[in-house]
Amino acid sequence: MAEITAPALREFPVAPAVSPDAMAASKPYVATDKMQEALGFPGALPEDWHDRAIAKLGEMVGKYRGLRVYLDACVHCGACTDKCHYFLGTGDPKNMPVARQELLRGVYRRHYTLPGKLFPKLVGARELTKDMLDDWYKYYHQCSECRRCSVFCPYGIDTAEVTMAAREILDSVGYGQKYSNEIIGKVHRIGNNLGLPGPALEDTLLGLEEDVKEDTGADVKFPLDQKGAEVLLITPSADFFAEPHVDSLIGYAKVFHAAGISWTLSSKASEAANFGLFIGNYDQMRAIALRIREQALELGVKRIVVGECGHAWRVAYSFWNTLAGIGSGGEDPFARQLQSQLDHRYRQPTHICELTWDLVQKGALVLDKEANDHRVVTFHDSCNVARASRMGDEPGGQFEIPRALIRAVANRYVEMRPGTTHEATFCCGGGGGLLTDEILDLRVKGALPRMESLREVADRHGVNFMATICAICKAQFTKVLPYYGFNRSMVGGVHQLVSTAIRLGAKQ
Amino acid sequence: MAAILAGLLYASAAVFVAGLAWRIRQYATTPAPLKIPTTPAPTTRGGVAVRLAREVVLFESLFKASLWTWLFGWTFHAGLALVLARHLRYFTDPVWDWVAFVQPFGVYAGFAMAAGLAGLWARRFLVDRIRYISTPSDHLMLALLLAIAASGLAMKYVAHTDIVAVKSFIRGLFVLQVREIPADPLLAVHLALVCALMLVFPFSKLLHAPGLFFSPGRNQVDDPRERRHLAEWAARLETK
Ligand code: SF4
Ligand code: SF4
Repeated sequence: MAEITAPALREFPVAPAVSPDAMAASKPYVATDKMQEALGFPGALPEDWHDRAIAKLGEMVGKYRGLRVYLDACVHCGACTDKCHYFLGTGDPKNMPVARQELLRGVYRRHYTLPGKLFPKLVGARELTKDMLDDWYKYYHQCSECRRCSVFCPYGIDTAEVTMAAREILDSVGYGQKYSNEIIGKVHRIGNNLGLPGPALEDTLLGLEEDVKEDTGADVKFPLDQKGAEVLLITPSADFFAEPHVDSLIGYAKVFHAAGISWTLSSKASEAANFGLFIGNYDQMRAIALRIREQALELGVKRIVVGECGHAWRVAYSFWNTLAGIGSGGEDPFARQLQSQLDHRYRQPTHICELTWDLVQKGALVLDKEANDHRVVTFHDSCNVARASRMGDEPGGQFEIPRALIRAVANRYVEMRPGTTHEATFCCGGGGGLLTDEILDLRVKGALPRMESLREVADRHGVNFMATICAICKAQFTKVLPYYGFNRSMVGGVHQLVSTAIRLGAKQ
Repeated sequence: MAAILAGLLYASAAVFVAGLAWRIRQYATTPAPLKIPTTPAPTTRGGVAVRLAREVVLFESLFKASLWTWLFGWTFHAGLALVLARHLRYFTDPVWDWVAFVQPFGVYAGFAMAAGLAGLWARRFLVDRIRYISTPSDHLMLALLLAIAASGLAMKYVAHTDIVAVKSFIRGLFVLQVREIPADPLLAVHLALVCALMLVFPFSKLLHAPGLFFSPGRNQVDDPRERRHLAEWAARLETK
């Protein structure tokens, strides 16, 4: 593994000078033939990979209007060039969003546009050589699909969509990424990303009940596979035991307990994450989402609630209705089958922050804000929540509701620098299927812009807790904070704060 | 001379219209299977229209991204819009009132257009990031547009052309007559370059103009929980 170095924090961040090939050595492990074949992809590069890749590209531009428009419309204006945290942290020009797109666009031009066929040099059209394919593999795995670039592009060109398409093509020629594809295999085989089987999950949950009983004296339950429960909670499996994730799970359980809402987890759908999104594969994304539909039907629940996870919320909010009919307004029999069972007085699906915030507004929870007085809190907007979803009824609810919730449970709250929050938030550096240790150097460097704004509020206002609602953000920050001189335990969930403040048994 | 120019104009206009129609059709018929608006996004169709209008008129996203690029880009496009409006007087008889009204502004707009282009071009040399991503065709496109602007301005300020004759030539084209055209090299260059622009339009990055309206990141309504959004090829998966 390459040496892992954190760039120096600067007080006035500016775009770095272009430094070609600075990250040409960064490359995640390639999936084994077994992992590939388990998902129906070829195990290794076939003889005719070139032609297959070109054909796949043609198929994709025919199926996805976004991809086609994005490949045609870019004017090379450069507005996006300094917006990507991986470029800001590494200076490698291929990490500028437009240059990243160009790796695919060059090949598209060569094979699917007239000028590219006639005058390839003139319009920057490129052959798909093995070197180019390797560049795809490297640089489409230096994009966390965070969509920050798409906010600033005058045509809304979303590099995340281009990255997903490129990864789909790579998979289709047997050149998949180990981290994502191995995890997708586990979801199908075992039910969650961590490969935690049902009995182990049950043990873990019983342990949690004991812990909470010891802490609070209250009989807070963590039900599993309970038919007829009102709520099915779908949460990232990291919540079951990783630190600090588990503190948020305890928070959700306390909220359900205090509000008297019956709920359950499912051992067969014990995972909110959907890495099908990361590899841009519709079939995988759909298959993973269908597990949740099946469990909702089997358990007969009335509401589906999603825990703290960024990309999972994107998939749940934006895609579940499409993929699996989980939502409202469906008129076809497939959608009606589930939707006639759900209670549409509630948003389907509901984010756990929406649920808790609604309860707070109704006065259904007893909150002791002072319990969080040892914390000075800031909030890190997670990309997929910020730029690819919503909470509540108004656009921007995904920013306001978590903040309102934090303010309801903690007295000391500080915002980070404008331009690094809300829709302009910087990725943690580990999203989009990059949360794997062989590319830790990239992850550390990609965290630079977030670390700079955190340093600022830590120095000026004594911020010692960065709340976030994403399992990947939590894991990534826990790992990279020390490289920047921060304590790893300063990151945690919003429901960790709720858990600290909530008083059980006081009002019933 | 007149015959050559007329032929060129007919041919390039035909390529422009047919090519653009073909591309727009292609965009309109390619499905967008997933809801992917960049959020926060409008929750109604009307809201989306406003979002698109702000992008078209104000270049809102670009404004947030880079003030210099916005300044040059917006100046160029606004100038171009006025100049095009001004040119309508060569096509209409009698000249429409609002076209007459914009005439005086159109002249300044010509200079604004050229200045914006120069600024955009300078960035391709001066900013290392933009130098890195610029292709030969990016430079050629700017050269082409600048040459069109320069030849147009030259006819106004350096060597006046007989615009009455020009107008008669152009109006003649509408009724399939090739009339006399002033033997002015500047005019010939100006028209030939415009033909080149129309020819490359449907095959180049100039597709950003229609592209914006078909960009799912900008044109989708944010209502996935309330309405089931299903593309045809995705719906077929459910019947399998
Ligand atoms: S989506 Fe995010 S990570 Fe990917 S190029 Fe854009 S800004 Fe960079
Ligand atoms: S901002 Fe959009 S149009 Fe401009 S270079 Fe980037 S992707 Fe291309």
